[in-house]
Amino acid sequence: MRQRARYIDMAKCIACGLCAEKCPKKVPDEYNLGLAKRKAVYLDYAQAIPPKFAIDKETCLFFKKGGKCKACEKFCPTGAVDFSQVDEDKDIAVGAVILAAGFRPYDPTKYSAYHYANFPNVITGLEFERILAAAGPFSGHMVRPSDHKEPTRIAWLQCVGSRDLNHCDNSHCSAVCCMYAIKEAIIAKEHSKEPLDAAIFYMDIRTHGKEFEKYYWRARDEFGVRFIRSRIHTIDPVPGTDDVAIRYLMEDGTLKTEIFDMLILSNGFEVSPQVLELAKTLGVEVNANKFAETSSFTPVSTSRPGVYVCGAFQGPKDIPQSVMEASAAAAASSELLSPARFSLAKKKPVFEERDVSQEVPRIGVFVCHCGINIASVVDVEAVRDYAKTLPYVEHVENSLFACSQDTQGLIKERIREHKLNRVVVASCTPRTHEPTFQETIKEAGLNKYLFQMANIRDQGSWVHANVPAAATRRAKDQVRMAVATAALQPPLQEFDLPVTKAGLVIGGGAAGMEAAMGLAGQGYKVDLVEKKDFLGGHALKLNSTWNGEAVQPYVDDLIKRVNNHPQIEVRLNSEVTNVEGFVGNFKSTVTTQGRDSVVEHGTTIIAMGGHSFKPKEYLYKDNPRVLLSLEMDQALREKNPMITGAKCAAFIQCVGSREPERPYCSRVCCTHSVESALQLKEINPDMDVYVLYRDLRTYGLRENLYKEAREKGVIFIRYNLEDKPKVEQNAKGELTVTVRDHILGILVHLHPEVLTLASAIIVKDQEKLAQLYKVPLTNDGFFLEAHMKLRPVDFATDGVFVAGLAHYPKPMDESIAQAKAAVARASVVLAQDAIRAGGVVAQIDAAACSGCQACVGVCPFGAISYKEREDVCEVNQALCKGCGTCAANCPSECITLFGFSHKQIYTQVDEALAELEAMEEAAG
Amino acid sequence: MSDTNFEPKIIGFFCNWCTYAGADLAGVSRLQYPPNIRVIRVMCSGTVSPHHVLRAFQKGADGVLIGGCHIGDCHYLRGNFMTIKRMRFLQDLLKFTGCEPGRLHLEWISAAEGPKFAETVRNFTEKIIKLGPSRLKLAARAA
Repeated sequence: MRQRARYIDMAKCIACGLCAEKCPKKVPDEYNLGLAKRKAVYLDYAQAIPPKFAIDKETCLFFKKGGKCKACEKFCPTGAVDFSQVDEDKDIAVGAVILAAGFRPYDPTKYSAYHYANFPNVITGLEFERILAAAGPFSGHMVRPSDHKEPTRIAWLQCVGSRDLNHCDNSHCSAVCCMYAIKEAIIAKEHSKEPLDAAIFYMDIRTHGKEFEKYYWRARDEFGVRFIRSRIHTIDPVPGTDDVAIRYLMEDGTLKTEIFDMLILSNGFEVSPQVLELAKTLGVEVNANKFAETSSFTPVSTSRPGVYVCGAFQGPKDIPQSVMEASAAAAASSELLSPARFSLAKKKPVFEERDVSQEVPRIGVFVCHCGINIASVVDVEAVRDYAKTLPYVEHVENSLFACSQDTQGLIKERIREHKLNRVVVASCTPRTHEPTFQETIKEAGLNKYLFQMANIRDQGSWVHANVPAAATRRAKDQVRMAVATAALQPPLQEFDLPVTKAGLVIGGGAAGMEAAMGLAGQGYKVDLVEKKDFLGGHALKLNSTWNGEAVQPYVDDLIKRVNNHPQIEVRLNSEVTNVEGFVGNFKSTVTTQGRDSVVEHGTTIIAMGGHSFKPKEYLYKDNPRVLLSLEMDQALREKNPMITGAKCAAFIQCVGSREPERPYCSRVCCTHSVESALQLKEINPDMDVYVLYRDLRTYGLRENLYKEAREKGVIFIRYNLEDKPKVEQNAKGELTVTVRDHILGILVHLHPEVLTLASAIIVKDQEKLAQLYKVPLTNDGFFLEAHMKLRPVDFATDGVFVAGLAHYPKPMDESIAQAKAAVARASVVLAQDAIRAGGVVAQIDAAACSGCQACVGVCPFGAISYKEREDVCEVNQALCKGCGTCAANCPSECITLFGFSHKQIYTQVDEALAELEAMEEAAG
Repeated sequence: MSDTNFEPKIIGFFCNWCTYAGADLAGVSRLQYPPNIRVIRVMCSGTVSPHHVLRAFQKGADGVLIGGCHIGDCHYLRGNFMTIKRMRFLQDLLKFTGCEPGRLHLEWISAAEGPKFAETVRNFTEKIIKLGPSRLKLAARAA
């Protein structure tokens, strides 16, 4: 592995930014896609972690002009610049590798007809993201690049570099562009002061993700975003202006021209040559679309054992799916490495804590210069002297860099020397430096919570650079507030709760079984609870995955492995009927045919699966020729003569999905029908096969199937929700399907011998389980995760996770990935011997609590319960995340959020305004 | 105190995860804003109780600015929903006491929105200067 030199000593850099300020070399800023400039010494982007600068060797004058310049070195206050650094080649012994190499946005320069290279106001979706960003090139002010005019007409062109073999070799759908174009259109409308015309030109709108369809409807119905189904061939300049004209065919065949201020190309994903090179080096195979080759059943395993893949290099996908896969890849590698777990881990030393609870506060205040970052604006000596006058302050001192190793040692010395029992540091932000100082005072025998920071740099000298007197006044106030709140701060205790190293998995379908196998593979005991008297769930009814892998052998093998695993106890005919406890310590009652048994477990994975919606339309159940998708699978499997002998077959999509009563896309049905249609064509290439659809959503590499189906003569007819197909039968039971052809505009009558309804996926009987584990559901009845993007398998309630159809409709590969992701998340709990609780958490004073329960409902984590017998509420500190919402809601203020108590907040308010009061009093 | 050199006192309650971080980013980006604000860091905007806000006005604050995460981005999932509820109620209460409800302002500012932070503080400070000293403060002094 080669680590490139950054020419900045990470240990010394304090990210003050002086180097970049003084650097004379301006270069295009990659983060803002060249729309802004950065310096040759730079921070990747404002929130980069760690916040440490780097020198770009390719543009730095020192490297380019042979040793001249060195401005950064001259001005760096900590001497962090080090031109002697060299690239380092490192050998690291690892047991597994995870490839998360991502994608490269398609470069639309090659689309000559779209003039991306020539017209400044033709930009990509990502460039527009930067324009909209508050921290972007125009500070979030929405302007077009050519003349910085605020646009009032913006068009998006979809599928640029996706679903296209003419301009590029990208036959795949990039899966995210429809959604990002809609999002950008909404944000643009919100940003715009003038009414903004936003038009999206598309082929199929693919909003197949959780809650995405509703978002699409809102964009169309509430925000008035125009959706125009047309693939734009050419755009033209509008002479004398920077505008662009689009000519397009309307659905009724008329040609129309519209003029826009700005054009956004929704460019898709592709794998970069560097990543392909890396894949080659690692011996990882890629598929025809150049993404990593994986199987549906092992979706994060590459062709090379021990090398895993997640994110867009596995296939085009959005953030929730990428995050899910990231956890899945972590699970797969930690399963492989579970025998070696903790073998390289080091234990932190334990420091004896001094009991200061009976002592009067003795506060030490350290005021940092931060080189010249603070001291050049704020009079740090004056702040220091002022701090000396404050109550309980025993020691004050300035330091050049409070965060330096020397000062850390000095602080420890001063704590001992002056018997300090509280420390206040006036310097930068607690968000980056509080942990450093807390660690220091801990090493000196103080409880780490006996610490406060006054932010006099990021929220002081840096933002009031031209008003030093006022900045100094503010710094004094913030120090006074910090000292006052520190004086009120008691030591906070943390405690350990033991963890039951076992998992409970609810649901014995593919997701549930994969979750059970995953947990068992990590070395934990698992109870697998299944309602029915067999394992397998809906996977038993599926013929093949979208890429043609047979499902049955996989499920049979999985069932066998689950049944034979010594760590897994399968409980058929069983249901969870009662739940007690919390993360690490659940006690669930499992009822098996009337008999109760209590299972102790540390985590729960809900994988209860879904069901196919049974429609009341299109003659389902009234005519034996009308089947649901899975019934079609069965007929194909059994070589039913009704199918094999048919001369005409039809599919109707979105049966029960994307309708007002079920406003979501069931995600799998388009691909499933296309797959079945292809199988029919295989049985009889002359069979007439029709797919009646609304938007064809073969996202990602599934698009290849759609292409194949069209090539093999499957006929796709689009219909609208307002003009649904009609299905009738005659006395002989023969079907007639009537639908308006979207190209001809006339009604066509089809006479299929078999009609397949691609019906919605729904969840049933989920409310009880949701209540038992205190987890929420969406309006559509699916389990609602803690965060759609960032925590896609977690719940707000710790220790409970979700996978499979219970979360949202999804195909086999995604269900398996999600099950593995849930395993990874559950293992984070189970791998620990104990859960650390306490610290900044809430506590209820039982003596003052009236039992009104105002706190119970506002807690987002289900951490507060009402104890009926005592008529008081109680916080479970193991579940409390320390937000303090309960404390603010308690009418008698009997809830304390440790570290942010009411008294501390009131005191800070008082102190913030105290000087004012004193001044006014003095003035009479 | 004449209006021309009125230096208002503004209390900012900023959540640790978004607005406080946005304020830090404003610093990192060297964006300047008026120094009249005093910041109290809280874990969540939902931690700010109506009493905390009222205390600030009682003790002479001319304005109170609450900053939290955008809806849907709350580190604690829905703490900021509570903030909205309390804001509505508090502004009604301020109106009832004869204080301009505009002295209390809520803004969602993410950790990435340094410019928005600086702009919000600038605009709010200007607005408070226009409103002049808080009547609640004057009433408290008179009593």
